[in-house]
This record gives sequence, structure tokens and C-alpha cells, in this order.
Amino acid sequence: MTATAAPPAASTTEGPGPARRRRWAVPALLGVGLTGLLALGVLVSASNGAFAIPLGDILASIAHKLGLGGAPVEGTGESVLWNIRFPRVVLGVVVGASLACAGALMQGMFGNPLAEPGVIGVSSGAAVGAVCAIAFGLTFAGNWTIPLCAFAAGVVTVSIVYFLSRSGGRTEVVTLVLTGVAVNGLAGALIGVFIFYADNDEITAITFWQMGSLSQATWPKILAVLPLAAIGLALAPTYGRRLDLLALGERPARHLGVDVERLRLHLIVIVALLTGAAVAVSGVIGFIGLVVPHLIRMAAGPGHRALLPFSTIGGAAVIVWADLAARTVAAPAEIPLGILTALVGSPFFFWLLRRTRRRQGGWA
Amino acid sequence: MRLRTRRTTATGTTPDRPAAARGLHVRLGGKEILCGVDLDVHAGEVLGLVGPNGAGKSTLLAALSGDLEPSSGDALLWDRPIRDWSPLDTARRRAVLPQAHGVSFPFTAREVVEMGRAPWAGTDRGAHDEDRIAAAMARSETETFATRPFTSLSGGEQARVMLARVIAQDAGLVLLDEPTAALDLRHQELVGRLCRDLAAEGRAVVIVLHDLDLAAAYADRTALLANGRIASCGPPAEVFTAERLGDVYRQAVKVEPDPDTGTPRVTPLRRIC
Repeated sequence: MTATAAPPAASTTEGPGPARRRRWAVPALLGVGLTGLLALGVLVSASNGAFAIPLGDILASIAHKLGLGGAPVEGTGESVLWNIRFPRVVLGVVVGASLACAGALMQGMFGNPLAEPGVIGVSSGAAVGAVCAIAFGLTFAGNWTIPLCAFAAGVVTVSIVYFLSRSGGRTEVVTLVLTGVAVNGLAGALIGVFIFYADNDEITAITFWQMGSLSQATWPKILAVLPLAAIGLALAPTYGRRLDLLALGERPARHLGVDVERLRLHLIVIVALLTGAAVAVSGVIGFIGLVVPHLIRMAAGPGHRALLPFSTIGGAAVIVWADLAARTVAAPAEIPLGILTALVGSPFFFWLLRRTRRRQGGWA
Repeated sequence: MRLRTRRTTATGTTPDRPAAARGLHVRLGGKEILCGVDLDVHAGEVLGLVGPNGAGKSTLLAALSGDLEPSSGDALLWDRPIRDWSPLDTARRRAVLPQAHGVSFPFTAREVVEMGRAPWAGTDRGAHDEDRIAAAMARSETETFATRPFTSLSGGEQARVMLARVIAQDAGLVLLDEPTAALDLRHQELVGRLCRDLAAEGRAVVIVLHDLDLAAAYADRTALLANGRIASCGPPAEVFTAERLGDVYRQAVKVEPDPDTGTPRVTPLRRIC
């Protein structure tokens, strides 16, 4: 008895020093690693394609634009880089960051690692708003009409899913997933109705939503969704601590001073901002919000103060690399990005579902 | 949240009567669970809530903690109706240990205890976080599994980690809903002693208990609830009479003083066939 009790006692007295350092070492490494992965992805993605641009030329061209010396890429390269490659890469960063951050927020909000914008139907819901704007040719807010419609539909969908799938302050997996099935079904039907009323050009534009792709990237589109995404991404990390407390359940969180009703409302709006922004320009790209936060949680622990920023960076990196794969693997053809992420993400979801089921007591 | 912080009122020291119920009625699902409860909770004392299943013990605790809105009457915290306090102001005054504990993600035991310090983030008392967490874990004997995920702990270990979280919150009023339910003999006594220590520090402790012997041993006063009313309230030796307990629990008992401590000991009368 004394022999077994001694080692832990010793480790707790010496504990704070090394434990403290380890607590910071992992997040620091992870942050640097993810940022590096993202930066590398951006450069490699900008360099690869039908028209190869050497990495050195890209750096020189960026330096030139920033007025730090350097030189533009020769010939059509400069135009390819700045009008085709960079908009697409930047859009990938915005979309990936938004989706992964939205996923991490939703999982915290539902207290359930299976919550994800695609799985529970929030993406399809936001897509209904975007498709509605296209089908009826709405232009009330100019360039921002489609993102705003996607956001509005997103708010409605998150609220519906949230209030339908919760009972007694908890979300059961079965209820959550089934609610997702129902919401996805309804959203699909609504999109079908809009397609029915749309003309041929609009149908082409709408079908693109159901695939999920970054191929329509242009600077104006990025500017159209950037405000929504930026607000959402900037606000999300400020909820880290409260999301941690929410992991204890709604009542215990309230016992610790969290205004749960208000928190819930804020989170619904932020998730809708992020999902709406991503869906408005890229259609439904699933599973990023599921896979990325989960991997980060495995590496850095479940604390949301690290999870939210790291998921944001990680999501951006994953989308940039995935999009590179989507447009180069089957070149000159292009696999829609949404299909690629679903190919990888669905088995992952399956595995997660089985694992969480096995550990039922742990989380639902 | 930040707007709230500005409006926070200084906590100060715990007043003589940190919590009270005044003509408290609570309805749940159309049924009246509490029908007019009056109760004072004093600083520096352990108040045990006992009574049969469905008597309203947990409901009374939930009303005192601000979870349930009374249909009439008031639950007072620091002499003000509890709903008038902001969530953060409330959290700096009262800590609650719920009956069921679940944590959605694999936070470690230490991280869970650390969550108890949340109400003090950004205040002067936030500087004591590390000490408070270490002390709370030592008092609840949870240090040995500090780094293990909460979800991997046994029921009794989880209960003690949650208790450590409540202690770390450092509130003047501590409300515990059946903290001993999942605990072994040693740790039941540990919780009893802990309650006494917290009271000795000047806090008020309200504890829902099923074990009458434990209540008799560690509570200064016990309130015996029956059908949503307080049947009797006072020192255990006065409240626990064989006649009254037999009546309320509909089970004949005998009550004798413990030969060592003198506190009443309740034994059901059993017929062995």
C-alpha cells in the first residue's frame, strides 16, 4: 500500500514545474507546426497547377506587391497567381478556418463530439438561404446578399437543431444525429423546390452548392464573406472558458457564473456567421468541422481556449491541402472538394460514432 | 459577461444568514413539490436536509441554489431574492454540488477542479487559484488521479473530484446534494469532516443526506422534510425521535445514542423471518 502510494505522492510534490512546462510545450509546438503547415500549403498550392510557378517566384511576387523589392512573375504567371491561384487559396483559408471553428464551437455548445455543421444539417440549412437568393435573383444587399441569406438561414437552422435535439440540458447522440437527418432531408427538399423554379443558368449555379468546391473563387466573393467570417473567428476564442464550463452541463455552468441563456444565443449567432460565410462561397464541404477539432483535442486536450484557435488554423491548413489534392490528383479534371472531404470524413465519423457508443457513459 | 463584471457587487464576508427560504412554494410539472418552506441557513453551521424519497430535499436545494424559480415565496441569498443577483455574483457566493455529474470531454480531474475557480477569474482572489486548487484536491484526496481524464474515473472518484471543484470555488454558501451517495465508508466520513471544516471556516453548508447516522454525526441542525414541508428542524438529537422518524419514513425505527459520541443512531426495526 505504501509502495503504491509513494510514487504519485512524490510526483505531485515535484509536479507543478515539469507539468507546467509540458502544459505549454505541447500547445506551443502544435501552434508552430500548424501555422507552418498552413504557410507551406498556401505556397505549394499557389505554385502547383496546369501552369507551374516556382516557389521563389511566388515569394518575389508577394514581396513586390508589398513594396519590399522582388519582382512580378514573368508573362501570364503574375495574372494566374493573383487572379486564379491566390483567390482560391485565400478562400480555402477562410472556408477551412470558419468550418473547423464552427465545428469546435458546436461540439462545445452541444457537449457532444459528433456535432458538426455538415452532419447536423446547419450547412444544408445555410445552403437553402444561399440557393433561395440565387433562384429568386435577390440582390437587396449587393454582393453581400448571398452570404447574408446563408447566415439568416443558418441562424434558423442552428436554432431548430439546438432546441429539437436537447432535452433536460443535454443532447443525446441519437437525437442529435436523427435531427440532423431530418434537417438535411428538409433542406434537400427545399433546395429541390428552388431548383424546380430556377432557370438553366441558375440551376448550374445551384448544383455547384451541393458539390462543395472552391473553383468559383474570386476576390469580390472573398470580400463578400470576409466580414462575416472575420467577426465569427475573432469572437469565437473569447468564449473558450465558458465553453469549458459548459462541459460540466448547463446547471453546473450556471452555478459557476455563466449566463447560459445568453451564451447559447451568442453561440448560435457565431456558428451561423461562420457556417453561412463558408457555405455562401463554397457550398457544402462536410466533415472538416468534425475531423479537425477532434484531432486537435487528441493532441492538445479538450480545453477550448487552445482548441478554438488551433482548430481555426488547422481547418485552414487541411482545406488548403485538400483543395490542392482535389485539383491535382485527377488533373486536368477536378474532383469537387466536398466529395473529397466526404470520402475521408465519413469513415472517420463512422469510427467516432462506434467509439463514442462504446464509451457511452463518458459524454452523453 | 464582461458587462456583467462591471456591475458585480463586492462579495465581502459571509453574513450570519447567507441563505434563507421564505414561504417557499415550488411547482414542477403541475405538482406542488414544496408547499411553504421557511428555513434559515446560518454561517458556520452544517445544515442537514433529510427525509424520504420525493419529500422535496433536492428541490429545496435547487431553489436555494437558484436553479428553480419558486411559484411563490422567496429564496434569499445574502438577504436578497436569488434571482436578483447576476449569475456571476451568485457564483461568488454559493457553490453547488449536483447529484449527477458528467463531463462532456475528457478533461483531467485537475482541470475539472480548476473550473471551480472560474468565478474569480480576473479578480484579486484569482491570484490564489493554484493554492486553492491544490488545497481542495488534498482535502478531497483526489491528488493521486489529478492528471487522469475525469471520464475514466470511478463513480466515487468522480464524486470526490466534483466535491474538490465545489471547495475550490471558495463560496460562503456550500450546497451539496447527496455528496456521499457514491462513496465508500472512509470517504463518507471524509465528506462529513470536510463539511465540519468548511463550517469552522465560517461558511454555511447545506447537505442533502439519506444516511441519518451521518447527518446525526456531522450536522449541527437537521431539517426533516415530509411531503414538501419541514416536519421538524433543529439539532439531530431533538429531530430524530423514533416516533417522528417512524411516522415520516413509514418504517419503524429505534433511536439510541451512540456509545462513543452520544449522537443519535437510527436503526430500522427488522423482522428476520
